[in-house]
Amino acid sequence: MTKPLVYAALAAVLLGTGPVTAGPVEPGNVEFAEDFTVSASLTDEAGDPAEGRKAFADRSLGNCLACHAVTEMSDQQFHGDVGPSLDGVAERYDPAFLRAIVVNAKHVFGEQTIMPGFYTLEVGVDVAEKHQGKTILSAQQVEDVVAYLTTLTD
Amino acid sequence: MGKNKLGLAAAAGLTASLALGSAYSEPVEDKLVIDGREMTTWTEAPADHPFDELISGWHYRTDETRALEADSFENPGMLYVERGEEIWNAVDGAAGKSCASCHQDASETMAGVGASYPKWNEAAGKPYNLELQINECRVEQMQAEPYKFDAPEQVALATFIKHQSLGEPVEIDLAEGDMQKWWERGKDRYYLRTGQLNMACATCHEDYNGRYIRADHLSQGNVNGFPTYRLNTGGMVSLHNRFRGCIRDTRAEFPAAFSDDLMALEVYVTWRGQGLSVETPAVRQ
Repeated sequence: MTKPLVYAALAAVLLGTGPVTAGPVEPGNVEFAEDFTVSASLTDEAGDPAEGRKAFADRSLGNCLACHAVTEMSDQQFHGDVGPSLDGVAERYDPAFLRAIVVNAKHVFGEQTIMPGFYTLEVGVDVAEKHQGKTILSAQQVEDVVAYLTTLTD
Repeated sequence: MGKNKLGLAAAAGLTASLALGSAYSEPVEDKLVIDGREMTTWTEAPADHPFDELISGWHYRTDETRALEADSFENPGMLYVERGEEIWNAVDGAAGKSCASCHQDASETMAGVGASYPKWNEAAGKPYNLELQINECRVEQMQAEPYKFDAPEQVALATFIKHQSLGEPVEIDLAEGDMQKWWERGKDRYYLRTGQLNMACATCHEDYNGRYIRADHLSQGNVNGFPTYRLNTGGMVSLHNRFRGCIRDTRAEFPAAFSDDLMALEVYVTWRGQGLSVETPAVRQ
């Protein structure tokens, strides 16, 4: 390889890394405001409501349907009723409040709530090995679910 | 923020966690009669109990499932009772004995016995459930190998013995030995939140019984029907198997069967259901 080509390759590598991005907000760094909201997105990428809809129903991801009914999702069987129906939830709450609930409902409703924190490492004891140090949803999945929730206007 | 101010948000949150969705499903009012005998499946709780009323898981099941338990000929768990009776009478081990060699006719000698387990075992210094007692008999009296956890013979024999108490009220003796300490330990375990989902037994079975988690109708978690026939797995499920399944579902590591943690939990949850009839083999989802 000639010198100019080496420089070109180096430049490509350097450029390839692109501008330094912050990456998703770490679970321990999510900022809750005094009014129980999380205003800032956890990621640089806007939430995708279609992906959020999938994560909402997927039993291995959000499994939100286990506890919440949504009329719009009547293609799925067995909606739970442990939590309130989420029909029209976007009319009741704005995204910053929805994000706070999904990230860690215990910071919003109190320690006793049954609702798991989907983006927190403040969890129960004896976490199974494969889940240790991990959140239920990724930061992007939280944003996707929040984006889906904001579509539930009636 | 726009739509919701703090007060409204907090109030809404409270409403969300306490108030009731439209689909709340009560346990079904019905009477369970098996072979002409009415079971106690719904009764007033003692004063020191977290519930006002004790309700068997039978009331939380569908019409079809309830009917299956009520009919001894249709109840698939009765096959395991029959298998257990064969084991009861079968000689095993170097001593050339069967259960019946010492205990004769189980319908007489075991009547009511299963309703009083777990029981304090002084020599072992811990509570024994039926499975541990069976294993002790096998080793000490029969000179046979102890059953491994959930061996088909263990489940069938425990089912058979417990069935000899069908209709008898569950009642354990906490005054014996250190039972009270084990009860306390079991209570701590009952309220201990585990796993990535951060849930305790109480989270579902005390705070939300009557509700649905997906297709599961949450009951009070009483254990008077164990070992229980489960339709969704098509077989008998022992109590410690069920404990482990629930804990696993919180995405936690689960304790070993018959470990001190789970024996304490068995003492505590059995106490919670005292007064309900033994339903073994109950039929559940």
